[in-house]
Amino acid sequence: MSTPYKNITQHVITVMVEDKPGVLARISSMFARRGFNIHSLAVGPTVDPQLSRMTVVADGPEMEQIIKQLYKLVNTVKVTEHRPGQAVEREIMLVRINADSKRRGEILDAAGIFNAQAVDVGATTITFEVSGDPGHLADFLELMRPYGIVDLVKSGRIALARDPKSRNGRRAELRSA
Amino acid sequence: MSETLTGAEALIRALEHEGVEVIFGMPGGAILPAYDPLYDSPIRHVLVRHEQGAGHMASGYAHATGRVGTCVATSGPGATNLITALQDAYMDSIPVVAITGQVARTSIGMDAFQEAHTWGISMPVTKHNYLVTDVDEIPDVIREAFHLAATGRPGPVLVDIPKDVLNETLQWHKPGELNLPGYKPSVKGHPKQVQAAIDMIHASERPVLYAGGGIIRANAADRLRRFAEVANLPTVTTLMGRGAIPDSHPLALGMPGMHGNYTAITAMQKSDLLVTIGARFDDRVTGKVDAFAPDAKVIHVDVDPAEIGKVRNADVPIVGDAAAVLEQLTFAMEHLLGANPAPPRTEWFATIAEWQRTHPLQYEQDPDGPIQQQYVIQELHRITHGDAVVVAGVGQHQMWASQYWGFERPRTWINSGGLGTMGYAIPAAIGAKAGAPDQLVVAFDGDGCFQMTMQELVTASVEQIPVKIFVLNNGWLGMVKQWQRLFYNERYSATDLTGTNPDFVGLAEAMGCAGFRAERPDEVAPTIEKALAINDRPVVVEFRCDPDAMVFPMVPAGGSNDDVVMRPEDLA
Repeated sequence: MSTPYKNITQHVITVMVEDKPGVLARISSMFARRGFNIHSLAVGPTVDPQLSRMTVVADGPEMEQIIKQLYKLVNTVKVTEHRPGQAVEREIMLVRINADSKRRGEILDAAGIFNAQAVDVGATTITFEVSGDPGHLADFLELMRPYGIVDLVKSGRIALARDPKSRNGRRAELRSA
Repeated sequence: MSETLTGAEALIRALEHEGVEVIFGMPGGAILPAYDPLYDSPIRHVLVRHEQGAGHMASGYAHATGRVGTCVATSGPGATNLITALQDAYMDSIPVVAITGQVARTSIGMDAFQEAHTWGISMPVTKHNYLVTDVDEIPDVIREAFHLAATGRPGPVLVDIPKDVLNETLQWHKPGELNLPGYKPSVKGHPKQVQAAIDMIHASERPVLYAGGGIIRANAADRLRRFAEVANLPTVTTLMGRGAIPDSHPLALGMPGMHGNYTAITAMQKSDLLVTIGARFDDRVTGKVDAFAPDAKVIHVDVDPAEIGKVRNADVPIVGDAAAVLEQLTFAMEHLLGANPAPPRTEWFATIAEWQRTHPLQYEQDPDGPIQQQYVIQELHRITHGDAVVVAGVGQHQMWASQYWGFERPRTWINSGGLGTMGYAIPAAIGAKAGAPDQLVVAFDGDGCFQMTMQELVTASVEQIPVKIFVLNNGWLGMVKQWQRLFYNERYSATDLTGTNPDFVGLAEAMGCAGFRAERPDEVAPTIEKALAINDRPVVVEFRCDPDAMVFPMVPAGGSNDDVVMRPEDLA
């Protein structure tokens, strides 16, 4: 978490798995025993009640081998690696900032620019809820750092491949060509 | 029509439906309910002396027959004792189903008596595993387990069943359609890739067909041989692939790798194309990967996509079943050749023949000296005409057996390749003999290996499974000693068994086997004859062998396959 996301090679992988007991353990154990590091992991249901979707952000130079290993798991139905720009990526963050009464207004103004909502206000701190792509969250943290970040939690990234026919999707295709 | 059964009865019936003819196992508290209906079942139960033996027996059975081997153990220590055997089967892609008892659902997680987290422990050592929490699932889970074990890249599958689930009742139903949306192993290779492979093979001047254990697993030995002939390809067989092409075949070069023969190693090393089928570029084959076969392009056929490109990049990857792809390759090659023969590659074959002439496998049996292990292996081969299923433990004797036994058929060589499990031979031989009772099953074992699993000879006696165990006793943990001699300044730390070994003949007799000993070279053949004459009980023959013999050729660990060491002097 301490490493800014921009400086290391990160890969965003969607793993569609059968919604069965123990599948999360199978996936995380596979990463561990093949020597890959999981940066974040988000799990939830999909439109198909028999499947759940895991969004894994993993560190490493390349993912081909781990993707093949994931496919070997009997409960894995589909694995997709999202190239940069080819997926909508979002993350939600709760972050508590030092905010005494003198700087409160200033902080709230800055937060407004990032669509960050104050969800808890104490005597000396404000907690913001902010969501967006990872760059958005990182930029917000940079802005808040001088005030003092007391605590933060992130949901882990979720990603959905762009419709290849969408405007953004086409742009992504052009970029990767 | 519907019948009420207990979970235990459903389990045994499901196993019967899978065609299970023999179970290797040991009862205990949590699996006890399953042993009650087993008492009435036509399935033979072989009572082992240790659960690891049950696992290796299931593996030996699967190796010899091509069918799924089945083993059963209770919860806790029963299940954990199976783990080595499961990992062994996983590494060598052996189809095994393990059934384990588990404590009652209400006790799971309570540190109950004989509780272990079998599902979690076995997850990384199995192709797939189950914890059955609903009695109704039993028929379907057993169907899936056998299907997964046997298809695609075969492997072990474990089914953990809590005791109370075994005791509950269900309405028996035949298993329905398999519901495995994430499991679709490829069978046929992509036609475009097959064509690309054929073109590459045809253009190649120095090709080598690199045949692995996948050929054996896929029952593709005949097709491999046919393809090698049609395409005119010299063929190496890995430790797991021995027997994939007859060693007597003119195209057969034998085993490559750390203790392979010079020609097999060097042919790969100098080749311009490796036609890899059912092999996985194991480190014991490649040596230093960066220096391995530097000029070779690679065609890689494997049923497991994860093997392709894992170690060595493939120029032509083909995902598919070895038998199906060999069929495609042969057909495409015949089509390409039309009425013409394959390229003769005269120069390449002449080079290979020259290597074979100048670098044969060699040892010397001094008639007055100690027995050489290789001599025992060759004598047994001569006397039996090689018509036997050969099993080995792990170490020097294993390498010599693979080097010196001429394998003519698939499924006649059973050993622990990937995991290198000492003690594999005795239980695996018992499993093989249980599955192939009409075949002569012999095991070469070391004195170290023998003492790891020898108690299963009691199993063999009681169950009347007459295996023949040839203990090549050199009084040392020989392979480790060899490394200490070559790489650790002859500091023999914890490898000397001389004087501390038990009386193997006495042990054999105490366990209900016949026991013989040969101490001089001239005793080897007569003692083998005596052992072969006994078929009503297992036989153990101890050969007092040369304590200083070393396995050569050798590529030192981490070294390049360009540097094959033919004799110890070469290492200096």
